[in-house]
Amino acid sequence: MQGRGLNIILGVYVALIFTFVFAPIFFSLVFSFNSQRFPTIPLGEFSTEWYAKILTDPDIWQAVRNSVIVSVSTALLATTLGFCTAYTDFRYNFRFKGPYLALILLPPTIPLIIMALAMLAWLSRLGLSGQLWSIIMAHSVLTAPFAMAIIRLRLHQMDPDLEAAAWNLGGTEWQAMRHVIVPFCMPAIVSSLCLTAAVSFDEFAVAWFVSGLNKTVPIVILEIVQGNIDPQVNAIGTFVFLTSMTLVVAAQVIFISRQIKSHS
Amino acid sequence: MSAKHKIDLYALTWRLPIILWQLIFFVGPVLFMIAISFFVVKNYRMTEAFEFVNWQRMLTRGYFWDSYWYTVFIASLSAAIAMFLAFPAAWALAFRASENLRRWAVFLLIIPFFTSYLVRTFSWYVILAESGVLNAMLGYVGLGPYKMLNTHFGTIVGYLTLTLPLAVILQTVTMANIDKTLVEAARNLGCKPLATIWRVVLPLSKTGFVVTALFCFILAFGDFVAPFYLGGSQEPTLPILILDTTKSGQQWPRAAVVAIMMMLTLFAVAFTAIVLAYRKPKGAR
Repeated sequence: MQGRGLNIILGVYVALIFTFVFAPIFFSLVFSFNSQRFPTIPLGEFSTEWYAKILTDPDIWQAVRNSVIVSVSTALLATTLGFCTAYTDFRYNFRFKGPYLALILLPPTIPLIIMALAMLAWLSRLGLSGQLWSIIMAHSVLTAPFAMAIIRLRLHQMDPDLEAAAWNLGGTEWQAMRHVIVPFCMPAIVSSLCLTAAVSFDEFAVAWFVSGLNKTVPIVILEIVQGNIDPQVNAIGTFVFLTSMTLVVAAQVIFISRQIKSHS
Repeated sequence: MSAKHKIDLYALTWRLPIILWQLIFFVGPVLFMIAISFFVVKNYRMTEAFEFVNWQRMLTRGYFWDSYWYTVFIASLSAAIAMFLAFPAAWALAFRASENLRRWAVFLLIIPFFTSYLVRTFSWYVILAESGVLNAMLGYVGLGPYKMLNTHFGTIVGYLTLTLPLAVILQTVTMANIDKTLVEAARNLGCKPLATIWRVVLPLSKTGFVVTALFCFILAFGDFVAPFYLGGSQEPTLPILILDTTKSGQQWPRAAVVAIMMMLTLFAVAFTAIVLAYRKPKGAR
């Protein structure tokens, strides 16, 4: 094989693709510590001005509080819904199971801007728009499929006889659920909580439409960006990035490490 | 075994929540959106009606169709670019990288999906600006400055931020699952490397690739951030049209018409793509 040369070219190419993907994240981080009002290279001086600015801004603190409430509630709700559905899919066969699964898996295929408009119109009609819980309801619909997928993957590794064994030993279905199924799914449940929280924490289109005056962090970013160039966004972005990263890595570590353990 | 109604109670506890929730907060909103496309707006208030005036108004306007075809065009173009750019990288990861390296690469490429797309777009704004990072770098080698913001190029860079990682991941997974012995057999029988890709690898990964391209198209088609902030929205895409009509004009019924047209288009594209993806190649049984 004409291996070496081709491998080097391909290696460089893959590196270029990764550069493209990570450049915006990298520059956002660098510029958050840069003194220039309009960041470019050569860089200005090292500065924590933008961090100081966001830390003293009460609007941003309020947005952070709102975002935490929304993403934690969304995560709990979506994971609960996802668990119920994943278990139903694992355990039961019934008529209309196809449409049943489509019902939960469809929302992510519809563009967010359309969901945003539909949610806004519907929730205002029901008198439920313009509140924090409006965002939570909308986000739980959007993130439940992810929860369902993660928990279903975990259930896929479970021997169905395990549950039957618990019944044979005299446990009720509820006891089997509590002592066998839930503990077995725990790593997937925790992963699902982290990932759905991360998705909800970053979602802005639907949140922006239905939230009224209650701003979450991405909505604040959207509004700052609409004004003009303000490096505060980079500081907020770094904070948002660290939050999401922590959640995603936690989810991966918990899920993957259990996965390996269960195979050995 | 125990009484029948008892089993039902247990089963329903797990089955019902999602049905109720999705009916109220997913099916409800979508159906209601279709309904309001027939409502009328009088004195800035939406009133229930069954009239086709919004449909008539939107579908007879030149600006709607300009926007429609522009959105279809730029979303298709960006999906095609994402597929082409991703292919060499995915091929390398699928056939040349160790399994460990491949797993790491996929893990790294998942990260962007959970980080703020808005922040990344803003970062591109600063990088691509007239006096931004990229032009400053090009300046050192005596090129530029180029106008990259508020152009189609800017829009496509924004779309690729969204779609390129996905395209690489899905293409890699697709090709990594091909039976390697088939590829080796082709090579042993004297098939040249490029011909192997064309005649063995691509046909075997057709389903995965069509689905990947479909996802890239859907993501770009529905995104308002890239065309708005990086493309300058001089040629508004359909999502920008929805945004403007809803936010500033209070014309929800007309926005609903645009949204329904978008959904119909996506259904048509998805249907065509899936038929293509699962169609047996000529001559196969």
